[in-house]
Amino acid sequence: MKINSPLEVYKYLPQTNCSDCGEATCMAFASHLIDRSLKLEDCKPILEDKFKKKYLELGELMAPEIREVIIGVGEKAVAVGGDDVLYRHQLTFFDQPAFAIDVWDTMPEDELIERVKFIRDYRKFYVGRFLTIDMIAVRSTSNDPARFKETVSKVMENTDLPLILCSLNPEVLKAGLKVAGKSKPLLYAATKDNWQAVSDLVLEYDVPAVLFAPDDLDTLKSLAGTFLEMGREDLILDPGTKPQGKDLRESFENFLKIRRAGVREGQRDIAFPLMAVPMTAYLANDDPVSASYWETVLTSIFSVRYGDIMILHSIEPYALLPELHIRDTIYTDPRTPVKVDPKVYEVGSPGKDSPVIVTTNFALTYYTVESDLASNGIDCYLLAADTDGLGVEAAVAGGQLTGKTITDGFNKDNFDFKNMTSHNTVILPGLAARLQGDMEDTSGLNVKIGPPDSGRIPGWMEKNWPPEVKS
Amino acid sequence: MAKKLKLSELGSMLSDLDVEALEGVHIEGDIELELDSMGGLNPQLSYMLGHETAQIAQHLINISRLLGYPVDQLLGATGLAPTPGVTRPQELLRAKFQVNRIEEWKNPIQEVTFGATSSDGGTRKSTVTVGGENALPYYFDSPMPHRNHITMDVFDMPIGMAKAVKANYEDVIDSPAEWAKKVVNDFGADMVTIHLISTDPMIKDTSAREAAETVADVLQAVDVPIVIGGSGNPEKDPEVLEKAAEVAEGERVLLASASLNLDYERIAKAANDYGHVVLSWTQLEINAQKELNRKLMKQCKVKREDIIMDPTTAALGYGLDYAYTNMERIRLAGLIGDNELSFPMSSGTTNAWGAREAWMVGSPLKEDSDWGPREYRGPIWEIVTGLTLALAGNDLFMMMHPGAVAVLKEITQSLHGSLDRDAIDISNWVSAEV
Repeated sequence: MKINSPLEVYKYLPQTNCSDCGEATCMAFASHLIDRSLKLEDCKPILEDKFKKKYLELGELMAPEIREVIIGVGEKAVAVGGDDVLYRHQLTFFDQPAFAIDVWDTMPEDELIERVKFIRDYRKFYVGRFLTIDMIAVRSTSNDPARFKETVSKVMENTDLPLILCSLNPEVLKAGLKVAGKSKPLLYAATKDNWQAVSDLVLEYDVPAVLFAPDDLDTLKSLAGTFLEMGREDLILDPGTKPQGKDLRESFENFLKIRRAGVREGQRDIAFPLMAVPMTAYLANDDPVSASYWETVLTSIFSVRYGDIMILHSIEPYALLPELHIRDTIYTDPRTPVKVDPKVYEVGSPGKDSPVIVTTNFALTYYTVESDLASNGIDCYLLAADTDGLGVEAAVAGGQLTGKTITDGFNKDNFDFKNMTSHNTVILPGLAARLQGDMEDTSGLNVKIGPPDSGRIPGWMEKNWPPEVKS
Repeated sequence: MAKKLKLSELGSMLSDLDVEALEGVHIEGDIELELDSMGGLNPQLSYMLGHETAQIAQHLINISRLLGYPVDQLLGATGLAPTPGVTRPQELLRAKFQVNRIEEWKNPIQEVTFGATSSDGGTRKSTVTVGGENALPYYFDSPMPHRNHITMDVFDMPIGMAKAVKANYEDVIDSPAEWAKKVVNDFGADMVTIHLISTDPMIKDTSAREAAETVADVLQAVDVPIVIGGSGNPEKDPEVLEKAAEVAEGERVLLASASLNLDYERIAKAANDYGHVVLSWTQLEINAQKELNRKLMKQCKVKREDIIMDPTTAALGYGLDYAYTNMERIRLAGLIGDNELSFPMSSGTTNAWGAREAWMVGSPLKEDSDWGPREYRGPIWEIVTGLTLALAGNDLFMMMHPGAVAVLKEITQSLHGSLDRDAIDISNWVSAEV
């Protein structure tokens, strides 16, 4: 983004304060444009003809430093790139890296379909939503156009996830485009040897493409410049992912260099999304567990440092789970609040015999506990104690979670155990076990210690609930 | 008068001139534009000199064209254009990639050494040095002087552990000395951390004196540098660490830890009196970290070379985003000159095992896909947690699972550039049968 203050943006806006965008003033709208929480197109008046010049100028000034490339069509289309900063705390990273898992055209058909369905359906619940896999990379291991075409068709019959068509042979790519050409697949790849034929396909089908030049940034830049000359902006660069030793370090450096050139130095002709290929781990490891582990390690490195799209091979859950989590970790918006309102929440429809459970108001802790309870059909009251957004363990150590702060939390919300419950009992998290005495003294309640992880509450309930009520 | 003008020279010519002054430039005689290093009109030049310069270059090309010089042919712009309006170059534009180093990173991170050999009054066979960086880890701006190091956890009593971890320690769980030997000899630990958790009044309330004996046993059992950890009880820890520091006099151990919620002056004094290093521990708060470091230096007179920071490690999926960004901000602040933050960092990477994904048999949620076998999930959780923080600038890792230790060593040393491995040809990975 070439401008960074709302005032500069404001100059280009209609300045009518019409509030059609939902903001009270054009200045307020401008600050949302700066933090990219609203889009320029949310301002309807600026789309009118009389503002066209300003609209175009502002659009250019506000374009992200790294181009954004769209792959696929419809709901499942993915956007990659679009970043404006080198470190997430400076704003946030946009467009989390797209994960594509590979299939290949020499697979038996039943295995192919099973693998596609697995990729399509894999999901992991996390803080109120599901982490999923974004794309399928179809590789030609046969180098046979007819076979590739048939494989692409089979994949498309079973999923609407966007595709990457992978072959260095333009004839093979062309065969794939004959069936997938209308769904905007990503072509992998144009190289210094095949770029002319691949560029013919890119122009004919109007699709995004990866430019691949392993360990050679000059050639990579040449390829980018050449495609730009042809008017193509939807390009992705693959500088090569060497899987091990000093070569891996060189690959890592290449990602750093390209992104720095694009974001910090404004070198537009290299400011494209980057592709990492962690599945090269399989070229260096024969043992499948080692390969899968190493692929996870490479995926983590390039999720942290500037990989925008990746091709993976392992479908082992022990690889997928950390991969899905590390990219979420890095691409979570650091500007979103980390706390929920400190109060007593109702999970399901609690009554007088329902348990009363304590957790903290750290959003992650709260949502984890809440989803464990809701998913297992446990009706209860859940206090999100005000720990200023700390988790249980840290808040106990730091003194933000004590008998007093928990009691205050119930009192503030007028939660009276005598009226609301038949058992006069509160359940503390297992990690807050040391607060038991303090809590009993402060509140006069029966205090029970729950499990250290809320995932174990269902089992704990079977053994411990309802409680023996002391007289 | 014949003059040969190269574009690179044009750059230096123009940098000395006002753009306005160029309007008076007359092109006379035999000007030859050598376009070999065009690189898309050399964006470095364009970037440096701005848009105007690029336009002038374009003017010069136009003038060349007027003069009849075949500039278009050199630019490859006269190729056949099958699609109307689309330029089709006949060959790849030539380009040279170039990027600058970060000039603001001028303030090196403090170097800190653990352990003392006989020549320095200790009994360790080797020492471990961390810190000294002039750039973010593994960046090309400046080589990282020391690789990352790993200290493995030993506890002074049997504790609850994830199954995948416990399997490695069942034979030594009752003997801290044997446990320490095992992590050094079998698992390649660079250092050993002895956690005196039994001293917690809520656990066993082991006396400081007894705990110090355990420390002496561990020092006897291994010859690598050691870390001494308390129980985390803020009332008891100062006393425990004082006694431990005394028994380890001269060994240059790391005392874990000084924090704002206990009497950090006593920990600092113990380090100063007996020649140790202090771990300055805060909870995911950069300003608290500055404050504690300042107090250790100014109020407690701890020397810079005796401080390392633990800004807190949260597990992957459970706050690692805060831990990562907190460390990255601390390191960046140190590199550009904040001397209250320019210390090496340590991570309690073992915390990764607190994530349910690391230890639970399967997902507690029916809506989830299969989580797979936990014996593979746990170690990778520890690895990814550690690796992420390594990329943020963490130097020393406190870890638990031997498999995780081995992989984290391999990956951090690969990125450090200190490992030779076979070259792998990736040029045709796309058709590989794997």
